[in-house]
Amino acid sequence: MIGFIVRRIVQAIVVMLVVALISFTMFRFVGDPVNQMVGVETTPAERAALRDDLGLNDPVPVQFWRFVSDAAQGDFGVSYQFKRPVAELLAARMPATLELSFVSALFALLIGIPMGVYTGLKRDHWLSKLFLSVSLIGISLPTFLIGILLIFVFAVNLQWLPSFGRGQVVDLGFWTTGLLTVSGLKALILPSITLGLFQMTLIMRLVRAEMLEVLRSDYIRFARARGLRDRTINFGHALKNTLVPVITITGLQLGSVIAFAIITETVFQWPGMGLLFLQAVQNVDIPIMAAYLLMIAFLFVVINLLVDLLYVVVDPRIRLTGPAA
Amino acid sequence: MEAGPVLSVRDLTVEFPTRRGTLTAIDGISFDIAPGEVLGVVGESGAGKSLTGTSIIGLLDPPGRIAGGEIHLEGRRIDNLPADAMRTIRGRRIGTVFQDPLTSLNPLYTIGRQLTETIRTHLGLGRRAARDKAIALLTEVGIPAADKRLNAYPHQFSGGMRQRVVIALALAADPVLVVADEPTTALDVSVQAQIINILKRMCREHGASVMLITHDMGVIAETADRVAVMYAGRIAEIGPVSDVVKRPRHPYTVGLMGAIPRREGGERRLRQIPGAMPRLDAIPPGCAFNPRCPEAFARCRLTRPGPMEVDASHVACWLYDPDATPTPDFPPSEDDEGDTETEWQTYTPPPDPDPQHAFTASGEALVEGPGRAFDLPQSDWRKVTRP
Ligand code: SF4
Repeated sequence: MIGFIVRRIVQAIVVMLVVALISFTMFRFVGDPVNQMVGVETTPAERAALRDDLGLNDPVPVQFWRFVSDAAQGDFGVSYQFKRPVAELLAARMPATLELSFVSALFALLIGIPMGVYTGLKRDHWLSKLFLSVSLIGISLPTFLIGILLIFVFAVNLQWLPSFGRGQVVDLGFWTTGLLTVSGLKALILPSITLGLFQMTLIMRLVRAEMLEVLRSDYIRFARARGLRDRTINFGHALKNTLVPVITITGLQLGSVIAFAIITETVFQWPGMGLLFLQAVQNVDIPIMAAYLLMIAFLFVVINLLVDLLYVVVDPRIRLTGPAA
Repeated sequence: MEAGPVLSVRDLTVEFPTRRGTLTAIDGISFDIAPGEVLGVVGESGAGKSLTGTSIIGLLDPPGRIAGGEIHLEGRRIDNLPADAMRTIRGRRIGTVFQDPLTSLNPLYTIGRQLTETIRTHLGLGRRAARDKAIALLTEVGIPAADKRLNAYPHQFSGGMRQRVVIALALAADPVLVVADEPTTALDVSVQAQIINILKRMCREHGASVMLITHDMGVIAETADRVAVMYAGRIAEIGPVSDVVKRPRHPYTVGLMGAIPRREGGERRLRQIPGAMPRLDAIPPGCAFNPRCPEAFARCRLTRPGPMEVDASHVACWLYDPDATPTPDFPPSEDDEGDTETEWQTYTPPPDPDPQHAFTASGEALVEGPGRAFDLPQSDWRKVTRP
């Protein structure tokens, strides 16, 4: 069990180092950082001094090591466009993205799982068929289109909900949250649905498929033969067995929800990291791009680790025998 | 109801509607199980053994459905009960043991939880009492240190141990009948006998009758009191196990007994019945066994034989028709034993059989009253009295 966790953490560190190498390479070889930082009138001598100052003349492994250890301490350098530490910029934007992502994921889970269970249990009910048809739309429409449609209906026509921004936010010092004000909550609704719709339909279909599979299994038949109540069988025995794959997918999807928040943030002008990243791309602001890449990789890795640990909680076969290494 | 049968199945017919028409998987079978009796049900796969069991516990998978007949448990009709009433019979009055113990238990719950939930559902005991009962049951099926094993998960048990747990689960609420569907087929040969013994002992001690479904004639011979031989959704022969095994009457049973390997002069011999059981959509008219039957005669292809009483057995074969004379000398008696290659030939009917004629096994025509021999009602399992 401990060995399992240690092994996963080591794997996570290796992944992070590889991503760091990619970020670093981008830093070092996409454009010349000195060119980005100086004006046209800077003399070659000044350039050389700056180059030396930045450590760009050191051997590459030394530079990489410096990059990694700085990053580990939260130092990603200074943004070219804003002339401010990247860490500070990201930290200011992170709450917006994370709140949006988690609310979307929550929406996807809270709606997707019950819908999946329902469509799995009542396969032939018209409501199930409706859910399935609607879910096809969720899967096939691109995110930005859904966002624009929602804005058109609920913000422009009905004027119920705001079409952009976070609304009023409360500053908790280390975190700014939109969850505590009415306008903040209202502003969250459309972007969360936009971002979470795809995941919701995915989870619904997954839960449905798993339910159908599990309901056919011998232990469910045997549970019926034992005369257990339907409720116990469906929600105790069957649902729990569908959870392992659902946890995997949800975990993996949470990573991509955060990563793909870029599009939703653009549509809703949501002041998150995605928007910051897009601006950085337009302005070749490499420190921000590199830091964003690292951050997303870090989130993915952490989420995967949590997913693995959750498995262990749900499935005694892993808990008690240890996974096949 | 003290003397009545625990289970009584009458003219049970199970159908599967398919796109190409309705398949009759079980075709009008009838049998009883007496209190404390072990009824073995044998047959090839696809003969309808398992479906019979599934129909009795009311768990036929749709689109399969009971299309006719009745099932009575302790005198009460159960085949037409609403789902909820049937649920309280399953587990409470009828216990079930499935084939594969590796997949019968939910992998995510402890043995103890699965036992106590069953006990509490049916007996309404409190947590502690249910736990005590679970420990008692596990001890009864021979699981050592039962109180500690309650917290174990199924994957921590071997196949044999899991089947013991399944047996404990089946008997948790002291049912009157246990339907055991191939309880040892998935197990290692070395533990099969043990599991059968435990099943038998548990059922005896808890006063449950057993319907033991298997394709293993050896298990039946050792365990059952009576045996029903099924072929193509019908019962070919049913009777006391000693009769059916030692003196099989129905040609199919004779072939089946020949198919059990047995030691003869230090040599294992296996006789096979040529051909295969017909598919459900291609069951021949008349006797379902007629294309493979070495004794078949014209009547077999025209009319389906009902159960004929022969000693303590009932045999669905025209050879035993009490109205046809003379009673044929079948099956071959002991002196044929040395003959390794029993000739199983397909009987070729005489050209253009006159419908007014029936044929005996030897092929001689019997002239009957108009249509008399053909008019035995199909699937009539009630006694055919000798004239
Ligand atoms: S003799 Fe006729 S009735 Fe008897 S088993 Fe053979 S085919 Fe069927």
